[in-house]
Amino acid sequence: MATVTHQPRRPWARWREHLIEWLLAGAALVAVLTTLGIAAVLVGESLPLFRQVSLWSFLTDTAWTPLFAEPRFGIGVLLAGTATSSLVALAVAIPSGTILAMYLSEFAAGQLRESIKPVLELLAGVPTVVLGYFALYTVTPFLQKLWPALPSFNLLSAGLVMGIMIVPYVASLSEDALRAVPMSLREGAYALGATRLQTAWQVVFPAAFSGIAASYVLGVSRAIGETMIVAIAAGQQPRLTLNPFEPAATATTYIVQVAKGDIPHGGLSYRTIFAVALVLFLLTLAFNLAADWVRRRQRLRGLGQ
Amino acid sequence: MTPLTPVATRIRWAKRIERAFLGVAWLLLGTLAAVFIGLFASMLHTGWTRLQPDFLLTFASRRADQAGVLAAWVGTLVVMVVTAAVAVPLGVAAGVYLEEYARPNRFTALIEINIVNLAGVPSIVYGLLALGLFVRWLGFGASVLTAGLTLGLLILPIVVVATREALRTVPPTIREASYAVGSTRWQTVWQHVLPAALPGILTGVIIGLSRAIGETAPIVTIGAVTFIAFLPPAPVSPSFPFVSVEWIWSPFTALPIVTFDWTSRPNADFRANAAAAALTLTCLTAAMNGVAAWLRYRLRRQLKW
Repeated sequence: MATVTHQPRRPWARWREHLIEWLLAGAALVAVLTTLGIAAVLVGESLPLFRQVSLWSFLTDTAWTPLFAEPRFGIGVLLAGTATSSLVALAVAIPSGTILAMYLSEFAAGQLRESIKPVLELLAGVPTVVLGYFALYTVTPFLQKLWPALPSFNLLSAGLVMGIMIVPYVASLSEDALRAVPMSLREGAYALGATRLQTAWQVVFPAAFSGIAASYVLGVSRAIGETMIVAIAAGQQPRLTLNPFEPAATATTYIVQVAKGDIPHGGLSYRTIFAVALVLFLLTLAFNLAADWVRRRQRLRGLGQ
Repeated sequence: MTPLTPVATRIRWAKRIERAFLGVAWLLLGTLAAVFIGLFASMLHTGWTRLQPDFLLTFASRRADQAGVLAAWVGTLVVMVVTAAVAVPLGVAAGVYLEEYARPNRFTALIEINIVNLAGVPSIVYGLLALGLFVRWLGFGASVLTAGLTLGLLILPIVVVATREALRTVPPTIREASYAVGSTRWQTVWQHVLPAALPGILTGVIIGLSRAIGETAPIVTIGAVTFIAFLPPAPVSPSFPFVSVEWIWSPFTALPIVTFDWTSRPNADFRANAAAAALTLTCLTAAMNGVAAWLRYRLRRQLKW
């Protein structure tokens, strides 16, 4: 028979509650431990390299030939490849992502928007190794028809396909930002006789700009860290170039290339991939924190409105 | 000429510009759709001859027309089991902690900023964390366990964020009702809040796994082998003790690795295989994304409190 009287809490029940809370907090702590683990491994494994190579020459040397008899370690060479492919990607992703976001948020009917969004997500879900295949065997031959001198490995087609990969991220995050703009602002603009495009471009876009900027910054961070598309389609020789019509290795390509061969533990090549990864980690860390900061600022401003 | 003519001209121009914008947006949507169709068409066109049942049932081979992906899809499957076993308990626990237990203090802020940042860390950096920590330091080797742990950590932020969003949709009245009959916090979470949030959490888990299934860079860097002509040891055996966890120490290969290897081979014989493997991988991720989208759709419809 059940009695509905107040039951005194047994001590072990309270104990169990505390234990569970600590276990859950422990699981949440894994995120912090992962970051610490990444930092510790990257710094620990690359530190011996910087006993042999000065930080100055690492940052300023104009050649990256760590596996040659006379090795040179200029990270700038790999970063030039990364920057070029990223710039091509962003030149595709930022304008088209913004236009699509504006179309979906301000023009498309609800039904249409609901059916376009999953398709965009599907595009974002295509494995990047598959996109690399696509860049090398479909996009490059197509571009070679327009520009016969284009080499079969080049930063252009890798960058273009990378841009297509990033469009859904930019479009989806920007659309969220645009939709969060209060309806009263649009109504105010319509009341003054503005068209939908004028309202979207001159009122809604500026109001949502910090959220949109956050999506751009995230896009940059995606482009810097993207690996398989450039490893397959952009070529593997490190060369100092900002010309998208040439082949060049990016920072991520170099890591894959070295790690694919069975590398001896503790050797010079082993150290260099951790040093390159450390640079990548710091770069994306800066961009991720910037995006988060911009987004937080928008949220605070949103509350004030 | 009436005094209103200049205004009429401006309106006409504004409307023209708006139509031009809509044209550009539709053109972009069309281009994206064309790219998506082109991606599938090119893979189907090249890989058609290899898409036979025995492609899925034979091991890798030096001869392109005899090579199959048996070891690869089995490898992908067992790695995903470990990935889910890592990411689901940790991610859900962390999400529950942040949403139901955490007070807004420095510890919570630290965890949150880490989750935001980890979501943007390039996957290849996770690969180097795994190479330094799991392969070299803990001595796990290039095993199913290493790959599963790596991908599990990689998708942890996705699972945490999805769990938090799912928990937020559970109305406070459910919790209040549970507390009102004298339940403890954990009893409330376990018996009422988590079951209500389960479909949302499941959607996030599937999205995370579909991301993990296509990741190539982190498992290439741990040194996963491409050419494997055996399967991991079976988890069940007819003799005592009937179950074994030997398989988590087994070397493995996975669909994205095989795709990458075949794509980057200089001789053209393997292109059809690369296309067929890429198509298999894409269909797998598309199917998982489809399940996630369907779950979310059903969820939205049934959500009536």
